[in-house]
Amino acid sequence: MRDTLIQLAYLLAAFLFLIALRALSKPDTARRGMQLAAFGMAVGIAATLLNARIISYEWILVGSLIGAVAGYPLGKWVPMTAMPQRIAFSHALGALAATVVGVGEYFNGLSAGELGSGHVIALGFEVLLGGLTVTGSLTAFAKLQEILPGRPLTFRGQNAFNLTILAIGVASLVWLVVDPTNVVVAGVMLAVSLCVGVLLVLPIGGADMPVVVSLLNSYAGLAAVATGFAIDNNILIIVGALDGLSGFILSIAMSKAMNRSFSNVLFGAFGSAAVAETGGGSGARGEMVPISAEDAGLRMAYAQKVVVVPGYGLAVAQAQHQARELADLIEKRGGDVRFAIHPVAGRMPGHMNVLLAEAGVPYDKLVDMDDINERFAETDVVLVVGANDVVNPAAKTNPNSPIYGMPILKAAEAKSVIALKRGRGAGFSGVENALFVDPKTSMLFGDAKQSLITLGLEVKNA
Amino acid sequence: MNSTTLIQFFVLMLAGLVGFQSISRIPPLLHTPLMAATNAISGISLVASLVLAGSQDGPLATVLGTIAVTCAMANVVGGFLITDRMLAMFKRADGDKMKGAVGVAAK
Repeated sequence: MRDTLIQLAYLLAAFLFLIALRALSKPDTARRGMQLAAFGMAVGIAATLLNARIISYEWILVGSLIGAVAGYPLGKWVPMTAMPQRIAFSHALGALAATVVGVGEYFNGLSAGELGSGHVIALGFEVLLGGLTVTGSLTAFAKLQEILPGRPLTFRGQNAFNLTILAIGVASLVWLVVDPTNVVVAGVMLAVSLCVGVLLVLPIGGADMPVVVSLLNSYAGLAAVATGFAIDNNILIIVGALDGLSGFILSIAMSKAMNRSFSNVLFGAFGSAAVAETGGGSGARGEMVPISAEDAGLRMAYAQKVVVVPGYGLAVAQAQHQARELADLIEKRGGDVRFAIHPVAGRMPGHMNVLLAEAGVPYDKLVDMDDINERFAETDVVLVVGANDVVNPAAKTNPNSPIYGMPILKAAEAKSVIALKRGRGAGFSGVENALFVDPKTSMLFGDAKQSLITLGLEVKNA
Repeated sequence: MNSTTLIQFFVLMLAGLVGFQSISRIPPLLHTPLMAATNAISGISLVASLVLAGSQDGPLATVLGTIAVTCAMANVVGGFLITDRMLAMFKRADGDKMKGAVGVAAK
């Protein structure tokens, strides 16, 4: 009877989680949906506490309290610019929970003498995926937080070495299935999975982090699925599947937006390779034409249709609020301002949208790449702020460019372009930008935040 | 393979299909909240860690279980809070205009 009640509670929780995911398809419904999911979570937790296997509650209370106290700042205080590392850290926490549960259940089974091969396969996958997600996520966190250098860290024979280590991990899993009580092999497998996580993420550069963070999301989900199989719990299988799929879908979307294959991100060490390739004469030719802030301000003040293209440089300069203020000033004069959001404009999927929403830009002004690309031709002024590769027409026209084939924002189709840029150098990936030397482009050099403030003043006075 | 495992594979497949449908419909606008949300929901692994922490299967199990409860609970609390914080930021333009209109009327 009690078990049935618990399972029914899980059924309700799973239903509410799915409803929440449906609700996330629209900003209007998303918030209410997530509140339902939180309710579902509470129901699931409360039901679990009725489980007959639970005898004492002290340690549950201790863990829950520490977790809640640690979780509060993670939810309330972390700034939106730090979202990527915050999410990476959460993946590490979730995977650590799965891993230690796997280890704990393994030893329980060991002492009870009831480790079947099916059980061991599930536990093995749980620990293997969980372990590599823990250390992988922590490495990604360290890179995003700039504790470790963001550039790819590589050494000779890295891929071969990594694959060998991974093979040892899989081999120990197979061994365990044959010989479930061999604790040494189990230990080797855990150690290997922890090493693989670090080795997998070290060679991946800062710009590729959106893919990696999504991929780790996926692994954390798969570890949860394995936990569900190991302890015969359907809700873990369902949630793990959702988590794993969501991570997978996002990493595919990010890879596509960066013009990279999955394997290329994982084994390519992009940052170093791209710089080497662009040394030749394949780059764009021409002169950048500077413009004064006064002229740029005038042009924007009298424009009917303005599109702002924010890049990661905008977030680095913390200039989201200034961008929104400039947009407000132009709209007050009767112009129409949209923000064109490239899928990889931030450091994780959708990051730029959150940063601009935080600054007070209404979400219907935030337009996805596919929708805004149809509008560039009728746009009077495109304002590029700290973005580079995502507006580089070489991605369409120059087969020699390392970014050739990457989907871009077609800013070059607009009637005129003003680009805010710190200096004359190449962009993040080291690729010359053909848009900046286009005759219809004017360059406004200087700090992005300061330039936006000056532009705002000029628009106001125009 | 016993019948429980078989049913579990059915559950996995159906959850996967429904999940794929729902997640594909989520616009890039909300991809960051989506990641935060899946993080929060994945805290349901508490169903496993609570049992491990409370079942008194020896000190090792209790320690590991408590660690797991701590991690999962941090994700639940932090995840739902930050998702809500983010989603609260997404506002519509006409909502603002209505506020403005009310302001004008008040004058």
